[in-house]
Amino acid sequence: MNLLKKKPEEYLNESFISFFQTIAGLTMFSLRFFKEVFIPPYEFGEIKKHMEELGIKTMPIVSVTGIIIGLVLAMQSQPVLARFGAESFLPTMVSLSVIRELGPVLTALIFAGRVSSGIGAELGSMRVTEQIDAMEVSAINPYKYLVVSRILACTLILPILTLYVNLLALIGAYFAILLSDGMNWQLYIDSVFKSLEFADLIPGILKTFFFGFIVGSVGSYKGYNTTSGTVGVGRASTSAVVLSSLLILLVDMILVKVTVWLWT
Amino acid sequence: MDVVVEVENVSKAFDSNVVLEDLSLKIEEGENVTIFGRSGTGKSVLLKCIVGLLEPDIGDIKFYGHSVLNKPINELNEMRKEIGFLFQSAALYDSMTVRENLEFPLRRIFNFSDEEINQKVVTVLEQVGLEKAIDEMPASLSGGMKKRIGLARTIITKPKLILYDEPTTGLDPITTKEISLLITTLQKELKTTSIVVTHDILCARIVSDRAVVLKDGKLRFEGEIENLLKSDDIFLRNFFSDQIIEENRSNNG
Repeated sequence: MNLLKKKPEEYLNESFISFFQTIAGLTMFSLRFFKEVFIPPYEFGEIKKHMEELGIKTMPIVSVTGIIIGLVLAMQSQPVLARFGAESFLPTMVSLSVIRELGPVLTALIFAGRVSSGIGAELGSMRVTEQIDAMEVSAINPYKYLVVSRILACTLILPILTLYVNLLALIGAYFAILLSDGMNWQLYIDSVFKSLEFADLIPGILKTFFFGFIVGSVGSYKGYNTTSGTVGVGRASTSAVVLSSLLILLVDMILVKVTVWLWT
Repeated sequence: MDVVVEVENVSKAFDSNVVLEDLSLKIEEGENVTIFGRSGTGKSVLLKCIVGLLEPDIGDIKFYGHSVLNKPINELNEMRKEIGFLFQSAALYDSMTVRENLEFPLRRIFNFSDEEINQKVVTVLEQVGLEKAIDEMPASLSGGMKKRIGLARTIITKPKLILYDEPTTGLDPITTKEISLLITTLQKELKTTSIVVTHDILCARIVSDRAVVLKDGKLRFEGEIENLLKSDDIFLRNFFSDQIIEENRSNNG
């Protein structure tokens, strides 16, 4: 009802201010991570536990995503390349697209959808049921215990998942090529590795560390600062996915520009 | 007697909503004080200010003579080791078993051996009468059991001051009486000072020596509970009348 009462320009104005307030809050929250991460006690047990959980949780969905990316990309590209008589470049095109861009970004977006919302909901419900306050009054640093370990786990697990998705996408693409052209595995792999260079592989993996950091910090930020009870938990969970997906795409754009500038 | 908590002219507002206004209060060592007041009148806010979760806008709060405001986090945490806090919802960590909930503060902030920690866990569970729940998850416990485990987690570090935020809310009269008696027993055993925020006259009569009533963030009454119930103040008579009728009814069977 309140939305209907507002003029469009007022609504836009408020949304604009709210977005920048969120970015400012998120920046401060994330900067605290760099201060806390080097101070003992180090939460190795928690980091390992979260890495295992996040890896296992996202493994099925990223596996399907990986195979489908490869299959679809190969199926879509084949007729276009055939029109120019360049079908032999299909393994090169697929591998470059997957390793440079599609693998890291799609894995990060799927990871954000699965993990950022989970972290937002988990920490959000801890906030509204006063579990975070209970830690604080027990002289325990909840940021260190709950947030640092989750951000680190996300930052470390996403590159591993991306490598796995890249591999599955290449396998998926091979199946599409095999079905249409009957190309043998050895020839396909040779074409893939001949076309790939250091400059293709490393930036693609490096940027997933940034994406993992974004997913962990946005999910934690939204959950840690949840207000308004159970409604707030749902809101934190949803907005964590939206904001982390948006930031992944924005940061990807910046990192692509930086990569092109550094490597060419 | 030492003054454990001293609240000096404290005011606190959330936007335009003033919840505490120029409130002053002293709680001495060994005292058990109940704070009454309508919902939203600043009782829980006061507890959170005492433990440093919230900061008053105006005024000061002292714990054993030292201000809790503007302290570096390390000093604040040293002070918090001396304070126990039982939350309204018990605030048990729902990803941990009962044992892990109880061990958590001991492992994180004290240097006890595994054997000592185990001994302390078993002892507090015996004190609250829930030895068998040691490996249960909080989700499988009833409301009363959660409160008991919350109480066990609060006393396991042997705090000097315990803050109870509505310890009997949502419990039936029998469980309310059990929890209140348990709080009293533990107060005597551990010789703690306590501040209890509640709406429940039955609980207050069992656990406290002195009552404080807040109205609109200000102090309305301070004194013994029996005097409070005999007061001619219309607000106090209205506030407690339903509860007294209910209590009389349950006492008469």
